[in-house]
Amino acid sequence: MNDLRRYLFSLRLFIPLVVAIFLVTVQSSFAQSDSVQTQPRQDATYTPAPVPPSPPNNVVLRDSPNDNGHAIEVRWTLSADDGAGADNVVLYEIYRAESADAPDSLWLKRGSAIKGAGVYNDRGEREESSASYFPKGKDFYYKVAAITLDSKSFSSVAGPMQARDNWFNGTRIPVLLYTIIFFGLTLFFINAAKKGMNLYVRPLAGIEAIDEAIGRATEMGRPILYVLGLGTASDIATIASFTILGRVSRRVAEYQTSILVPCYDPIVMTVAQETVKTGYADAGRPDSFIEDSVYFVTQAQFAYVAAVNGTMLREKPATNLYLGKFYAESLLLAETGVMSGSIQISGTDEIAQLPFFVVACDYTLIGEELYAASAYLGREPLLLGTLKAQDWFKGLVIISILGGIALRLLTSPEWVQKFFEMT
Amino acid sequence: MKRQLPLLLVFVSGIFLVIQYFVPAEISDRAYEFMLDWTVIIGIFALALGIWSLIRVSIEKIQRKTHDHNYTYISLAGLFAMIILGLNPWSAGLDDYTFSHLFRFVMIPIQSTMFSLLAFFIASAAYRAFRARTVVSAVLLVAALIMMLRVIPLGPLSVYINDTSNWLLLVPNLAAKRAIIIGVGLGMVATALKVVLGIERAYLGKD
Repeated sequence: MNDLRRYLFSLRLFIPLVVAIFLVTVQSSFAQSDSVQTQPRQDATYTPAPVPPSPPNNVVLRDSPNDNGHAIEVRWTLSADDGAGADNVVLYEIYRAESADAPDSLWLKRGSAIKGAGVYNDRGEREESSASYFPKGKDFYYKVAAITLDSKSFSSVAGPMQARDNWFNGTRIPVLLYTIIFFGLTLFFINAAKKGMNLYVRPLAGIEAIDEAIGRATEMGRPILYVLGLGTASDIATIASFTILGRVSRRVAEYQTSILVPCYDPIVMTVAQETVKTGYADAGRPDSFIEDSVYFVTQAQFAYVAAVNGTMLREKPATNLYLGKFYAESLLLAETGVMSGSIQISGTDEIAQLPFFVVACDYTLIGEELYAASAYLGREPLLLGTLKAQDWFKGLVIISILGGIALRLLTSPEWVQKFFEMT
Repeated sequence: MKRQLPLLLVFVSGIFLVIQYFVPAEISDRAYEFMLDWTVIIGIFALALGIWSLIRVSIEKIQRKTHDHNYTYISLAGLFAMIILGLNPWSAGLDDYTFSHLFRFVMIPIQSTMFSLLAFFIASAAYRAFRARTVVSAVLLVAALIMMLRVIPLGPLSVYINDTSNWLLLVPNLAAKRAIIIGVGLGMVATALKVVLGIERAYLGKD
């Protein structure tokens, strides 16, 4: 019993001690949690001032070259913190104003350039109604800002500068040079041909077969179908085809057979009518010309194909000539021609369609052979002269390619690259 | 004069366009666009001539009662139906219900049908092309087979077939294409020069 009393007495002393320890612990833990909570508060309030990057320097303006006068080129020296120093520049922003001391609100951001780029072409539209209209002949001032994630620093203001018209596109000098050479070669060979120089032209099987094909049509008493393709009168392939049509129609008139020319384009139809009429007149049979033999069908590609295929299957022409500009309809036409049993001669400068014609036609004029055909058929000195100039120029192109490869392999001078750069 | 005036016009226009290519100034741009606008205007006038030609040829076929002339009724009916619906003052133009539905649900499906025939024609053309009668056509056949095998999964073989077909496309094929392109480019310049200088005048017709 005494033991129990002693135990309780010691417990009575112990309890306040335990409570005191508990209170101190709780208080200290609250104090700790307070400090944990307040620590971030202290961090948030501590914001180190962003260090702006070094600004871009030497902003130089010039009228953008080789254009229509609605652009200014801005160049600058990179910020010292772009690729070096703090290396924290992420991009550059280009600002433009109409006066050097314009307030910040009037400096318009025109665009941005990635880090490492020291040039920006401030280009706009020429129409006043356009939102991005860029007036020419007006003074503009520019400044460039180097941008980091949290700050920017501006260069000094450069200007004034005006955008102006340019009267020569310097990047096209190689084209001009080669054009002059080609014109010169053409004139030389035309003169030479006029003076009686013998100009050899290799035989073109497709063109030589035309006479045979017209003869076949005459013997069979069936018409010749001449398709000018889907080109317009401004396509060179169509123009070349007009010339061949002229020769074909003359031969058709001589053999007194008939020709059908369904057209896709109304202007092409008008020109083709004149061409065929001329062919008949040249053959001395202008009265045999039937105007409706050259007719308009439609300007819908596959409706045109349907109409021409229908003509093939109904009229059974002895010969089909496809010469001009062709697209997806080439094989549809040529395969129907095979089914109708016609001799087929084709020619186009559309590379994608050439395999179809090669497969389905008896003869195919590949690419430039279409253009050579008129000279080949006519054998006139003027036409042969241009053909010869073409051959010589091709030689020059081959030499240029080989020379370019050699220069590139041996050395790579900057002027060579610049010479062949074109916009 | 009837012949000289068009030749002079062609010469002046041709030389102008050559010069225009090298002059980037705004006035040059605008003059070029002005000329392009004229081609559109002339094209619209010529369209009337085209429609007239179509009507005349169709009526003649009906009068002569040529073989299958019944189709001519359909083409004339289609032509006039679309013109009337399009020019109808109470219609909503291109958004007009009947007009647009005739185009979308008649014209387009018919054109698609014509286009889809291409698949069958390619098959028949390929059959003819791949008959290995000569060495050249045998080479073509082998090349075509490799290109076709490219799209078939053949396990580890696919890697070699892919490499070979890529080489075929990027080396011999591209070389030939470039040669043709250069030739075509020169031919175009030569033909354009012949037209501008009046050497080539078949398009002018007779006096």
